[in-house]
Amino acid sequence: MRIEKHPILDFDKKRQRKVKFYFEGKELEGYEGETIASALHAAGVKVLSHSKRHNRPRGFFCAIGNCSSCIMQVNGVPNVRVCVEPLREGMTVEKQPGKGELNE
Amino acid sequence: MSREFSDLEINPNELLVSSYVQGEVVVIGGGPAGLSAALSAAREGANVYLLERDDFLGGQLVKQTHMFFGSEKQYASERGVDIKEILEKKVREHDRIKVLTGAAVLGYYENNTLLAEHQDKVIKFKPQRVIVATGAMEKVLNIPNWDLPGVYGAGAVQTLMNVDGIKPGNKVAMVGAGNIGVIVSYQLLQAGVEVVAILEGAKEIGAYLVHASKVRRLGVPIYTSTTVKEAHGKECLEGITTVELDENWNQLEGTEKDYHVDVLCLSVGLSPLTEFLNQAGCAMEYVPELGGFTPARNDRFETSVPGIYVAGDVSGIEEACSAMMEGELTGMYAAQSLGYEDENFWKRANDARAELTALRKGPVGKVIREGQQKLFQKAKCKGVV
Repeated sequence: MRIEKHPILDFDKKRQRKVKFYFEGKELEGYEGETIASALHAAGVKVLSHSKRHNRPRGFFCAIGNCSSCIMQVNGVPNVRVCVEPLREGMTVEKQPGKGELNE
Repeated sequence: MSREFSDLEINPNELLVSSYVQGEVVVIGGGPAGLSAALSAAREGANVYLLERDDFLGGQLVKQTHMFFGSEKQYASERGVDIKEILEKKVREHDRIKVLTGAAVLGYYENNTLLAEHQDKVIKFKPQRVIVATGAMEKVLNIPNWDLPGVYGAGAVQTLMNVDGIKPGNKVAMVGAGNIGVIVSYQLLQAGVEVVAILEGAKEIGAYLVHASKVRRLGVPIYTSTTVKEAHGKECLEGITTVELDENWNQLEGTEKDYHVDVLCLSVGLSPLTEFLNQAGCAMEYVPELGGFTPARNDRFETSVPGIYVAGDVSGIEEACSAMMEGELTGMYAAQSLGYEDENFWKRANDARAELTALRKGPVGKVIREGQQKLFQKAKCKGVV
């Protein structure tokens, strides 16, 4: 669900390089530099995490990296706020069980 | 007085950048208030570090495609996105300002020590003055299922659309007919998204008439004394139930209406982002007119912790023009307190103050004026500032 024509804004400048990334193992496409949450939204993915106690679905809410509704595991690193994290080629993005685990 | 302004040398092998980074002023937050504060403090003569947790400067200006009212000096008729470019250029070109983006401030400790995280490293700053311009975040509405994916802050939808060019969904209901609610509704229409209704709990539309008439002309109904009672959906939002309200905001039974929408935007106010101020021990006061807990401060924007100043939404929710004006003033006062005071300083300060007062004139600024009066009274009573 990308905006193609806009009366004021030109998104072509921002959509320079298409990149592949992986969501729950599935290959998706987005544009380098947009946020991971934006790329997922464009691909129709709205459920980004589940609440820890009641397992309720959670999505994009604040877009400023503040509300923790969108934390996911990116390239194995837990608790990444995908609403402010730029998309890069080949990223693996996964829903995170619970609080996530630090591997190191 | 120290005039040191050390360079930031980051050794990739060190986790902690151990040597203190000297600077007279650290500004936290690169939005309209922080950018303006950095510029005015530097103009007066102080050396400034500007720390921004995002990877870019501009704060919420980056998504504001509408034209500002403001005064001539405050960028009237300019779009927020363009004001961002103007301010950023000035800040980046200023030789007394150093900018660090992707730098999240972690806390404030003894002996004016401020820690920030940047590229997985922790940097120690030792500023003489701190200007906190951390902004605000959107409030939620406590209705059943408000936490479903598909329920967004209205400002968040603005970011999604205007920064990355993504539609939030197909059919939108907006809660709140203040300026943000109405402007974002208009921008949803510009992006080709259907807005089925704007719901406003109050009896009157809060937005400027020019914005409200625009969306009305485009066929979007604005229902006053009406709110959302419940959201529905399993994995994502599928619909909402609205309800009318009486004069005391009680729900009127039998007035419920259902709408099939996949997006519910909440434009029901903002709260100051005060985590840093709380942690630093600044006295806070609860003032609903200003958005909730706001820092007690004197008329030079200094909080109860000496050397910590505030500017913009964190010191009470308003809009970008007054945030820029507050930043301008706060930067000046912080610099003046360090001894930067030339013969025209007070004339400049008084002019800026007069402009800020002018921005808050009239019925629109009434809530702010009342809130600030309350804040000053409370703070004075307790003797905190």
